[in-house]
Amino acid sequence: MTRWFRQPPPRGVLLTLLAAGLAACFVIEQFGLVDDYVRFVLITLGINIILCVSLNLVNGWMGEFSVGHAGFMALGAYLSACVSVKWLAWGDPLWMFPLAVIGGGLLAGAVGFLLGLLSFKTRGDYLAIITLAFLMIVKSGLENIPYVGGARGFLGIGNQTTLLSTAIWTVLTLWAIRNLVYSRFGRGIVAVREDEIAANAMGVDTRKAKLAAFVVSSFFGGVAGALFAHQLQFINPSVFDLVKSTEILVMVYLGGVGSLAGSILGATAFTFLSQALQPLGTWRMVILPLLLVLLMIFRPRGIMGMREFSWFVPRREFPAKEEKK
Amino acid sequence: MKPLLEVRDVTMRFGGLLAVSDLSFEVTPGHAHGIIGPNGAGKTTAFNIITGIYAPTAGDVLFRGESLAGQRPSNIARRGIARTFQNIRLFRDLTVLDNVRIASDAHARYALPGAMVQLPAARRAEQETITRCLDLLEKFGLGDAAYERAGDLSYGSQRRLEIARAMALQPALLLLDEPAAGMNSAETLKLVEFLGWLRDHFSVTMLLIEHHMQLVMTFCDRITVLDFGKTIAEGTAAEVRSNPKVIEAYLGPEDGHE
Amino acid sequence: MDYFAQQAINAIQLGSIYALIALGYSMVYGVLVMINFAHGDVFMVSSFFCFLLLLLLPVPFVAALIIVMLATAVLGVALERLAYRPLRNAPRVSAIITALGCGLIIQNTTLSLSPYSQRMPELFVPVTWNFGGVTVSSLQLLIIGVSVGLMIGLDFFIRRTRYGMAMRAIAQDRITVPLMGIPVNTMIALTFAIGAALGGAAGVLYASAYPVISATMGVLIGWKAFVAAVIGGIGSVRGAVLGAYVLGSVEVFTVTVLPSTYRDLVVYALLLVILIFKPYGLLGRPAVQKV
Ligand SMILES: Nc1ncnc2c1ncn2[C@@H]1O[C@H](COP(=O)(O)OP(=O)(O)OP(=O)(O)O)[C@@H](O)[C@H]1O
Ligand SMILES: [Mg+2]
Repeated sequence: MTRWFRQPPPRGVLLTLLAAGLAACFVIEQFGLVDDYVRFVLITLGINIILCVSLNLVNGWMGEFSVGHAGFMALGAYLSACVSVKWLAWGDPLWMFPLAVIGGGLLAGAVGFLLGLLSFKTRGDYLAIITLAFLMIVKSGLENIPYVGGARGFLGIGNQTTLLSTAIWTVLTLWAIRNLVYSRFGRGIVAVREDEIAANAMGVDTRKAKLAAFVVSSFFGGVAGALFAHQLQFINPSVFDLVKSTEILVMVYLGGVGSLAGSILGATAFTFLSQALQPLGTWRMVILPLLLVLLMIFRPRGIMGMREFSWFVPRREFPAKEEKK
Repeated sequence: MKPLLEVRDVTMRFGGLLAVSDLSFEVTPGHAHGIIGPNGAGKTTAFNIITGIYAPTAGDVLFRGESLAGQRPSNIARRGIARTFQNIRLFRDLTVLDNVRIASDAHARYALPGAMVQLPAARRAEQETITRCLDLLEKFGLGDAAYERAGDLSYGSQRRLEIARAMALQPALLLLDEPAAGMNSAETLKLVEFLGWLRDHFSVTMLLIEHHMQLVMTFCDRITVLDFGKTIAEGTAAEVRSNPKVIEAYLGPEDGHE
Repeated sequence: MDYFAQQAINAIQLGSIYALIALGYSMVYGVLVMINFAHGDVFMVSSFFCFLLLLLLPVPFVAALIIVMLATAVLGVALERLAYRPLRNAPRVSAIITALGCGLIIQNTTLSLSPYSQRMPELFVPVTWNFGGVTVSSLQLLIIGVSVGLMIGLDFFIRRTRYGMAMRAIAQDRITVPLMGIPVNTMIALTFAIGAALGGAAGVLYASAYPVISATMGVLIGWKAFVAAVIGGIGSVRGAVLGAYVLGSVEVFTVTVLPSTYRDLVVYALLLVILIFKPYGLLGRPAVQKV
């Protein structure tokens, strides 16, 4: 992988920036420094980054093609809504909401595990179809569960997704996925993409690699869904359709496959583009897929495809500096 | 001495095609064992069976006296059988270091959650793997290329890297599928030297497929000759060379085939 | 019993329409090993073509069928030429993504131009007959007849004509076929043209049977046909037809025992089950990979 800089910045810089960013989110929230629209867009941005980087694990690093990410989102969204509205509504949001989000992530992760099992034998087109079937099943399944409102949707969800909680989850997701991709599991996942047979012959347990990718990817997909539900305060099954999945795909392939920096870039570009296109109504969903098609034809790996910004790469990955004797 | 690898009556059918038929041989620890035979004789198929990529139609493969039947390729690799491929199968888009590291990871022991939150144990294991792999690359003369993209290496270096990657598994048995393919005779001569070094330095047992007669005859302690999936001869270089069946099937039409 | 017979006829009618669409998915997959996700939306657009045509001039059924099939074929070829051909040697995922994108472009363009469902003018005044409690309309017979006729024609074309054989050759081996003097690009374009034209026929038949058309039909109907193609074994022409009738029956009988909102759930669950236990469908064959 080629990188922007040969060496990462001094150790403290990233941490300081991070702390400053989170503090800024807290201050903005506390003192209402931005208007509701800006706040909404910023929260959406955070959620989109989580969605993008988590889908990138399967579609980018592992090189598979999943169109089911909106399904995991839906699972996270509905489960967390059940927790915060029905099961633990009496709880203090300070602990109850993180619990709801984690619960949503766990449900999505568990289902992701099952989908991962199916990826042992099937790859490529067939796996894409399986994820599509999964998406349709989640959507039409939810439509038939009166407990969560059926096709009408789930009403009355609290407005618990704050700028700060979104920022924290975004940073956590990026950090965890960075650690994953620069570990033996991440290399196993990448090896599956590069050459599954060679990976197996080199001792990579490709089944574990696939499960790891699917479980982690869907867990964070569920987390994003939970945050999304508590941002919109109203969800219904048709929100989590193929269009939603396509939006995430646009982010991934725009920013760049197999790249953390690319995921952030893709999610950011998409979020602002999508806002800018809002006045166009349904034509927006003509322009976005068109962008995707053009990307595939002219730049199939996206802007940052397989490249990384050195800030996101662990220090140990860089060659040690030559010591002058 | 007990054999390291025993192939017992292995048969492989692809539909109507009998690719390997009743193949049996043993590899003694410390030996270099050669498999030769004309194109399509079933040599690569035998490798694929030993490494678990194909399940044989009949027969069994034993490694250190234990059957490998039903084992997945990754398990077989971890148990100590590493291989290269006839047409190089590197992780082309990854760095040279990462190629070797992926094989080396088979020996790292830390769990997924630990990796995701960067527990000290995981970090330490990572650092150790890097050191070990850089060291290994240095030995294979690839130290300077560690951070280059594997697909950008020259053909010769890619072949070497593939062997280095296999050695990162710390195998007891190394399977080489036509290591001299695409090399001229000067390069082949150097390869013989290199293989000798490999055997002595890592004390690894080797099983190798080769078309270069010269290489096989000088380097291998024992040779198995296949033709149309059948074993037609087995023995030392001298025995095989003088075997009339071999001369007829393989060396016959034109002395020193290829 | 009457009820059962009635439902069986409905199932055959639905299955016939699915079959025409499923053939388009399967033919393209057979030749290019690519899922043309946009095909469902091509079908949807074809019923809008039919709608527009009848709005402009009220032509008889057969003329409408032919004109719409031609127009849809042009769309199919354009799609191949503009979006898929540049990606023929690109990674497989790129082609799938592009197809998905093209489908959304067609769907949302239609939606933007026609936000509401449209009521189809009547193409055909059906006569209904009653056979001891079972009603059969001439429209149903026409739908089934036209579909079956087209399918038999296609089967003959693929198995017996030079073009059909060339198509099968490309499906077998795309590397050596051009060396044998078969114009691969033309043959691939022809495959898309035929697949789309069959989708166009399905569009006309669907619009005459269920005369309210909307932009979401590609997802609601077209994708079901895709499921049918996968159930039958995508890539297999006969499999597509078999899968379509299986799916049509499953759907019709699901609605007789469960609320109609369970329709999609049952269909996609069936797809998942088939993919798990019979990954290459009822008549499909897996590709072999050599090491
Ligand atoms: N997966 C497979 N499916 C069907 N046939 C196969 C498969 N793998 C190998 N074969 C066939 O088995 C036979 C033996 O092939 P193999 O690759 O083992 O030969 P080889 O001895 O390695 O030849 P070469 O010297 O050309 O490498 C060949 O006829 C080959 O076409
Ligand atoms: Mg071979």
